Amino acid sequence: MNRKKLQKLTDTLTKNCKHFNKFEVNCLINLFYNLVGEVTERQGITIGLDRNAFRNILHMTFGMTDDMIMDRVFRGFDKDNDGYVNISEWIYGLSVFLRGTLEEKMKYCFEVFDLNGDGFISKEEMFHMLKNSLLKQPSEEDPDEGIKDLVEITLKKMDHDHDGKLSFTDYEQAVREETLLLEAFGPCLPDPKSHMEFEAQVFKDPNEFNDI
Amino acid sequence: MSKQEVRFSGEWKKREALKEAPKKEEAAALQKALPASGKSVLEKNYINLGKSQMTKRLQPSLNWKATFDFKEHKSLLRDTQEEKHGGRLERSGPPVSPRRSQLVRKSAEKIEEIISESSSESEEDEEPPDHYQEANAGLPSEYWQIQKLVKYLKGGNQTATVIALCSMQDFNLAQETCQLAIRDVGGLEVLINLLDTDEVKCKIGSLKILKEISHNPQIRRNIVDLGGLPIMVNILDSPHKSLKCLAAETIANVAKFRRARRAVRRHGGITKLVALLDCAQNSGEPAQSSLYDARDVEVARCGALALWSCSKSYENKEAIRKAGGIPLLAGLLKTSHENMLIPVVGTLQECASEESYRTAIKAERIIENLVKNLNSENEQLQEHCAMAIYQCAEDKETRDLVRLHGGLKPLASLLNNTDNKERLAAVTGAIWKCSISKENVTKFREYKAIETLVGLLTDQPEEVLVNVVGALGECCQEYENRVLVRKCGGIQPLVNLLIGINQTLLVNVTKAVGACALEPESMMIIDRLDGVRLLWSLLKNPHPDVKASAAWALCPCIQNAKDAGEMVRSFVGGLELVVNLLRSDNKEVLASVCAAITNIAKDQENLAVITDHGVVPLLSKLANTNNDKLRRHLAEAISRCCMWGRNRAAFGEYKAVAPLVRYLKSNDTSVHQATAQALYQLSEDADNCIIMHENGAVKLLLDMVGSPDQDLQEAAAGCIYNIRKLALATEKARYT
Repeated sequence: MNRKKLQKLTDTLTKNCKHFNKFEVNCLINLFYNLVGEVTERQGITIGLDRNAFRNILHMTFGMTDDMIMDRVFRGFDKDNDGYVNISEWIYGLSVFLRGTLEEKMKYCFEVFDLNGDGFISKEEMFHMLKNSLLKQPSEEDPDEGIKDLVEITLKKMDHDHDGKLSFTDYEQAVREETLLLEAFGPCLPDPKSHMEFEAQVFKDPNEFNDI
Repeated sequence: MSKQEVRFSGEWKKREALKEAPKKEEAAALQKALPASGKSVLEKNYINLGKSQMTKRLQPSLNWKATFDFKEHKSLLRDTQEEKHGGRLERSGPPVSPRRSQLVRKSAEKIEEIISESSSESEEDEEPPDHYQEANAGLPSEYWQIQKLVKYLKGGNQTATVIALCSMQDFNLAQETCQLAIRDVGGLEVLINLLDTDEVKCKIGSLKILKEISHNPQIRRNIVDLGGLPIMVNILDSPHKSLKCLAAETIANVAKFRRARRAVRRHGGITKLVALLDCAQNSGEPAQSSLYDARDVEVARCGALALWSCSKSYENKEAIRKAGGIPLLAGLLKTSHENMLIPVVGTLQECASEESYRTAIKAERIIENLVKNLNSENEQLQEHCAMAIYQCAEDKETRDLVRLHGGLKPLASLLNNTDNKERLAAVTGAIWKCSISKENVTKFREYKAIETLVGLLTDQPEEVLVNVVGALGECCQEYENRVLVRKCGGIQPLVNLLIGINQTLLVNVTKAVGACALEPESMMIIDRLDGVRLLWSLLKNPHPDVKASAAWALCPCIQNAKDAGEMVRSFVGGLELVVNLLRSDNKEVLASVCAAITNIAKDQENLAVITDHGVVPLLSKLANTNNDKLRRHLAEAISRCCMWGRNRAAFGEYKAVAPLVRYLKSNDTSVHQATAQALYQLSEDADNCIIMHENGAVKLLLDMVGSPDQDLQEAAAGCIYNIRKLALATEKARYT
């Protein structure tokens, strides 16, 4: 991208995203292009991070390990669903990911957890996400029993309208009462430590920043 | 302790009988094999997530007793013994409520420390029996649910753990059954282990639960036994403010017994807690209801809460001061938030019992803020401010500061509000100590406090009475107030209080009655009410402070009573009792008894009686002392006692004279005066003159002839005259 275009992009992004200033947007743009690597600009080819590259970043930088959640995060960033996280999606996504207000984070997390995008987190979806959260006992008869129980417990805690599934309203109310439940079904936000390290590294000296 | 063991093994048998299936599950959960390397990334990551701690966890079981080893039993034993011991020290008087012993001012500071520490100990129930286990055979449903949740805590990843922790909060954690259920299924170990991991969310969730259940005294002890305190102290260093708050609040709940307070200090907790108080006054709102953030003011409040709990121990008071806590506490006093003010004032009030604090408190203008907060609406805050003033007003400058900042008026008006007894005790205590300064007494009279105090002499709990009487005792040092007290009908209730067993109260009452006895009309009332006899019988009280105080009070009584001699003689065995008190070890008692004897001996008949009881040898034995107070009163007693029979010669024979001469070397002029009188009286006997001369009395007395004090001049001169007369007579005899 030539200089002028870059400048314009930076300005647009800074204006629209609420949590980064111009310098930070700049750093993030540089980081993006570093990660994407050498790609010749050609018409019709989208420049962006594909699923693997993005999940790699989540794993290496932010220590995420849950495959399914990481996948959903990618989907959350990739708003236009074209399989690539382009530069705007990158900036807007990180804006919520790193510095979102509670409202923004709630919306983001809910979208991550709502696997089929129907506006509700169903029992099956919960089961799917919590599938591997309990260490399986070799002597247990039904290993899923614990998971099912956990799902019931979560539903009891968060389902305020008692319709057997979590709407956004249910989820929001539950999180407002107990903030710990924000990432109730899996870690889809960075933990504070890696968050701090990322920001310290990226927003310090973008020129020296080679690989994550 | 064996009783507990029996109880536990009984319970264990009961439980074994009840359920097999859950036990198997439990046993299965106990055998956690770490996943082999061939397993998926996710399993491996359980280890990476710091859950390798899992294998290190204590193996919890339904048999609670088994998880605690002998060491724990020993420490439990020590705790109970400490509490009993503390209780015994406490109970050398009558049953005293815990807070009250704070108000006891003893001359031996060390004893006071121990008592103030153990009094807070006696607030703790002494290992109450496990009601829950004894209750009924069937375990409540919460027990099973909690057991399940703890299982998920042990076997789940971070997500499952957080869910289980949130769910656990929904139980009524204030209820003892739930608290003990958590403990009995091994929940405490898991919760504490979670604190030791790196997972912030788990730590937050775990602390939220620990904070609630640690209101239970048994659970507190268990937490300390499991090593929970050092971990919580470390969390105070966390960069996340919400974690700091939770850790501090939990420590505030746990540190309510001595071992816990000590542990906090030993792990550097006091310094860290003091650091929490250092909040920049700009309480900028953090990211809205962020999980990890909290307002600085909130952090400071939690720190103050924890310090308040910890400050009941003497060493912690010192540690707080050394860590620079006082200026920070002073700064926080300036806020207007009551829930911040209460722990801050509470801490200051605890610590103000130490002299080192009082100096710093003066410097930091804390008194001003304390006075300001006396006017608050919050009763608890008023109570703590008054207590703090009570502690600090030992010091004269502070008493003046209280007056200068207008603190006396609110104190006086709070006297009218008698419903809240704790507050009333604190307020009366503050008034008592402030009354030590005369200017304050004048103010109190202006505010009609004295009348109100007299009204409080009846129908009040002991904690209040001690202070009310103390205050009246100080006020009655002034003539007008004595009259006022009499006119309000205060003499009768005061005399009624002479019957009692509370030592501090008795000391204060005798002082007050003694002060009133200086006024002749009041003395008549006291006499009529048989007050002198009551005072006299207090000479038999086992406690030396009471004896001494009663003896001091008797002096004005004897001076001012009509037919004093007759009155004294009417107390059967009374004179013998007084003379025998001269055998005491306690200097204060001795001084006061000498003063009493001086007064008794004004009546010739009584002087004869006490001489028969052997007062001369007993007084002579005391002569070798360096204590100026004792010296003075002893010398006065000796001068009086010389005026009977051959007592003068007897004092010489019992070797009282030589030590007396040495008294003249003291720095205290009242000692000089009394001694000169005594020597003058003694010098009527020739042998005594010789002894005085040999001991170099003349030179010392010559110095005193030039003294500005006329009585001293006369006595000294008279003594020298006698010595010279003898010398001259001897010379004359030699030349004839």
